[in-house]
Amino acid sequence: MLRFVIRRLLLLPLVVLGVTFLLFLLTQRLSPEMRASLYVKDPRQMGALEEVIRQYGLRDNVVKQYGRWLKNIAKGDLGYSPSANMPVARAIKEYLPATIQLAVVTILLVVFFGVWFGAVSAVHKDKWQDNAARLISVGGFSLPIFVLGLLLLMLFYGKLGWFAPGGYSVQTNMLVHAPSFHHYTRFLLIDSLLNGNLKVFADVFAHLVLPAVTLCIGSFALMVRVMRSSMLEELNKEYVRTARAKGLSEYQVIYKHAGKNAIIPVITLASIQFIRLLGGTVIVETIFDYPGIGRFGVIAAQQLDIAGILGFSLMVAVLFVLGNLLSDILYTAVDPRIRLE
Amino acid sequence: MNERIWKRIYKNKTSLIGLVLVSLFFLTALFAPVLAPVYNKNNPYQMPQASYQIAPQPPSAQNWLGTTEQQYDLYYGIVWGARLAFKIGITVTFFAFLIGLLVGMTAAYFGGKTDEILMRLTDVVFAVPSLVLAMVIAAMLGPDIQHMMIALTAVAWPSYARLVRGDILSVKQRNFVTSARTLGAGDCRILLRHILPNAIYPSVVVASLDIGYVVLTAASLSFLGLGAQPGSADWGQLIAMARNWVLGTPSNPFAYWYTVVFPGGAIFLFVLGWNLLGDAFRDILDPRQI
Repeated sequence: MLRFVIRRLLLLPLVVLGVTFLLFLLTQRLSPEMRASLYVKDPRQMGALEEVIRQYGLRDNVVKQYGRWLKNIAKGDLGYSPSANMPVARAIKEYLPATIQLAVVTILLVVFFGVWFGAVSAVHKDKWQDNAARLISVGGFSLPIFVLGLLLLMLFYGKLGWFAPGGYSVQTNMLVHAPSFHHYTRFLLIDSLLNGNLKVFADVFAHLVLPAVTLCIGSFALMVRVMRSSMLEELNKEYVRTARAKGLSEYQVIYKHAGKNAIIPVITLASIQFIRLLGGTVIVETIFDYPGIGRFGVIAAQQLDIAGILGFSLMVAVLFVLGNLLSDILYTAVDPRIRLE
Repeated sequence: MNERIWKRIYKNKTSLIGLVLVSLFFLTALFAPVLAPVYNKNNPYQMPQASYQIAPQPPSAQNWLGTTEQQYDLYYGIVWGARLAFKIGITVTFFAFLIGLLVGMTAAYFGGKTDEILMRLTDVVFAVPSLVLAMVIAAMLGPDIQHMMIALTAVAWPSYARLVRGDILSVKQRNFVTSARTLGAGDCRILLRHILPNAIYPSVVVASLDIGYVVLTAASLSFLGLGAQPGSADWGQLIAMARNWVLGTPSNPFAYWYTVVFPGGAIFLFVLGWNLLGDAFRDILDPRQI
């Protein structure tokens, strides 16, 4: 186990280096002027790009340039992002918590509805409840997030006027950036409660609802299927028959006995899906103008902001690899029959 | 395809729906020039514009499904979008599978260092969510359908490489391979004549069923403005153009419903068809899976 974790941790920098190097190679297709933004620290420098190009040798060979880029990263300098109008490192610090917050809320929804629908499906196998759950999950799986997002926006914001998309309200922004507001965790949903500010909480929550629901519908199909088959397997086991024979109520048999065991694969799947949500947030954040890291990445890509693109990819790769490792570890923790090697 | 598979599909209602949906889209794609006569001879994927007004117009006798932003005809866009979807899906899947096949085959057959290096290469691509990686590559290459297909191929091949590698590893140990070797067959002959025909059939099916997923990712890229350009008959592009109109007018929030519902419905049914078909095939290929 420990050897497995260490080996994977050693592979982590290798994989991240590989990704960034390949992307760095791709950037060489672009003019040195465009690449200069990587090294600019101050927007005022954008005027004198030729100087930046000479100073940093942007016409040198790739490996040399890549080495220099790595050196800067080691110093915590990811370059300046013209599209976000701030240094990349600051943009990540500012936007990442919002995305993680979105992903956490989504995965809670996914687990809740996945377990519920899956369990109902299994208990009423081949009845209408089962078919309905299957229909909803296959439908949700096939409906592209960007179509679903727009439909929800049309209905809830256009028709009902709820859940405005876009950044937080002016009032919220003022309150959040006021010196009296303490950033304990940088997750506004929690921070607003800790500060006892319900208005900020309500605004942040309202901005989370549609993106989270959209992401959830797009990804809970798999959860339903896993829960269903796991529950079916448990319901056929001897201890369930024993429980029934003891005269326990059907509720107790299903939820206290079978349900508890059936939920194990769900937990591991949730950890994998949590990481996969990172891809989905890119689209959802764009649709709802949600101030997260995915939207930052998309805008950087659209505007060919190389510093932003490279910084974003680097961060996603690190998160993704670490997340995968954690989910593997969790896998063994929940089910001791699995051995990592 | 053998009779048993056809029978299974026929018996399972949902997979039959999938087959019908995919076939309908395929026919639409095939007969696109008949269903919607080409408007721009140099680029048939260019949608015709009814006028230069900006706001979308509802379905009418001229524009059966209405027009979207800048008066692009939705019917033309959806019909030719089906053709583009198949073009993208088939091209990307074909090249991704070809690369995956070559890499997976080399890794599995030669093993050792070659295997290690090639598999670490797939790790690198797997280290970033495929949509994010495709987005970044497409952005660097510049927004264009061709570039988008390159980006999609670049993120798709590693999963096929792993699939093929696994299949070949399991076949490699079998007796007929050893006997071919004792008879003096060379590496190339063993690989191509003995191992491949016995190993790749399941992978080919899995890969071809990924067409729906490829098209979905392509549509996502176009939606983000990193694929097809405004005016091309691309479903993702059509949805992107609808984005400014989803809120309708103050008096009627659903005023422009057709701009989202028609292209959105096309993508949904296309992906649904492939997913239903895919489920059936996965059941047939590996009944143990959930």
